[in-house]
Amino acid sequence: MSEADYSRDEMMTVAAARQLRNGAVCFVGIGLPSAACNLARMLHAPDLVLIYESGTVGTRPVTLPLSIGDGELAETATCVVPLPEVFAHYLQGGRIDVGFLGAAQIDRFGNLNSTVIGDYARPSVRLPGGGGAPEILTHAREVLIVMKQSLRSFVPRLEFRTSCGYLQGAGARRASGAPGLGPRAVVTDFGVLRPHPQTEELQLTALYPGVTVEAVRAVSGWPLKVADALEFLPAPQVAELAILRDLHARTQTAHAGPVHIRI
Amino acid sequence: MALLPLADAIAAHVSDGQSVALEGFTHLIPFAAGHEIIRQQRRRLHLIRMTPDLIYDQMIGMGCAASLTFSWGGNPGVGSLHRLRDAVEQHWPQPLQLHEFTHAEMAIAYQAGASGLPCGLMRHYAATDLERVAGASVRVISCPFTQAALAAIPAINPDVTILHAQQIDATGNVLIRGIVGAAKEAAMAARCLLVTVEEQVEKLAADVNALVLPSWVVTAASIVPGGAYPSYAHGYYARDNGFYRAWDEIARERDGFSRWMRRHVLAVPDHAAQLRSLGVAA
Repeated sequence: MSEADYSRDEMMTVAAARQLRNGAVCFVGIGLPSAACNLARMLHAPDLVLIYESGTVGTRPVTLPLSIGDGELAETATCVVPLPEVFAHYLQGGRIDVGFLGAAQIDRFGNLNSTVIGDYARPSVRLPGGGGAPEILTHAREVLIVMKQSLRSFVPRLEFRTSCGYLQGAGARRASGAPGLGPRAVVTDFGVLRPHPQTEELQLTALYPGVTVEAVRAVSGWPLKVADALEFLPAPQVAELAILRDLHARTQTAHAGPVHIRI
Repeated sequence: MALLPLADAIAAHVSDGQSVALEGFTHLIPFAAGHEIIRQQRRRLHLIRMTPDLIYDQMIGMGCAASLTFSWGGNPGVGSLHRLRDAVEQHWPQPLQLHEFTHAEMAIAYQAGASGLPCGLMRHYAATDLERVAGASVRVISCPFTQAALAAIPAINPDVTILHAQQIDATGNVLIRGIVGAAKEAAMAARCLLVTVEEQVEKLAADVNALVLPSWVVTAASIVPGGAYPSYAHGYYARDNGFYRAWDEIARERDGFSRWMRRHVLAVPDHAAQLRSLGVAA
């Protein structure tokens, strides 16, 4: 395997996994966040505590779950708690270090839309809705967001604000009293965006190999600012790619298995 | 607790226009009961479920529902619920009124309902647009002790809650194991509780702290092996992730959806026959 032999998606998942420190307590969303968290757990963060909103606490799945409540999450968990408890005791109670989310749309202040495109009463696209995200973004000490970047997803104005990031920026979130620090990094398939320390507007802080600033601006719905110290992230290492691909292969095999029921 | 065939339990306890919660968070979703409601052609139901999942996609597409209370309406890990979207976007087969919450809010609402309270409380910070849409029911109040802003979520008390569980014992106590979601809260909040179970046993395999619903809170129970398929029953069978993926294509267009429902739900007498028609049970 040559060093250049990886996809943009793989780079994004690896970059997201690298954001997680060992020992952190992480509230995980399904899909890309779940892949990144489990990759981190299999690489540099073996003691990462993963909590899914299905109430599975300290879960260590061998394959990736398709749903937030697959059986393997329960079978490999430290404990399984009722859903009201996971939100009240663990999240609102202040026990989550990192929330890890995706979304359909994001604006320059890290506010998220996962509800509708168009009018709420008669939308052109009805999206699944908030689920656990609004409270995760409020309460987790910090939040990581992972989503592919495009003009449809990185928009100048959200059509619906499902979850609050930095609101209008410049301290608005802190003034609202929200306990968590908000979205500290947005990992995309081009690089990483972080909030400016004063304005709290998301700005480009890191690029993947072979990606230009112009390319990122072309898929940003607002005039994207670039941090003074732009970082150039290394390509995925051979070990990172091997473990990620192995994880995806195991997952695919597991999900293809037929179900038989004795009646 | 009355032990009844599922068709009789639905006929006796679920009627048109009621509010009905089929709970189970990804796990133990009572598909067999939902399909029986479709076969018996219940109409104008107010469906309640945190995650509508495939079962409400099917009930909505078959015209059972007038309104929906929910907190996340997708096909987990796959994408859209096409029938739910069609009802909201195009009013097919009829308009669907939405009462939308977040997971945390809905969990609190069930808990309040189960506790005999008019509302449940959460800490409140910046308002989202969900609190501004027509029909939004979350209100902000002030804590009488600290003056902190609190969100008050109105209690949910379904006319009927329906659960699927692993076991019922000889006297009618019901055991739920694994991911329990808000099943217990939805059960205790309801005026009528129907349960389907994988099997009846002499004595439950339950530790003292296990989630057991005592027989006297259960209105009626039915023994329906495989009753959660294509969802799953921890300790009995796994979630059919392949079917959840396949549903995306089955439900995408109205005709294909209607054909599938006629063949695998309307044309079969019961859940066992459906599982055989799908090749899941021999």
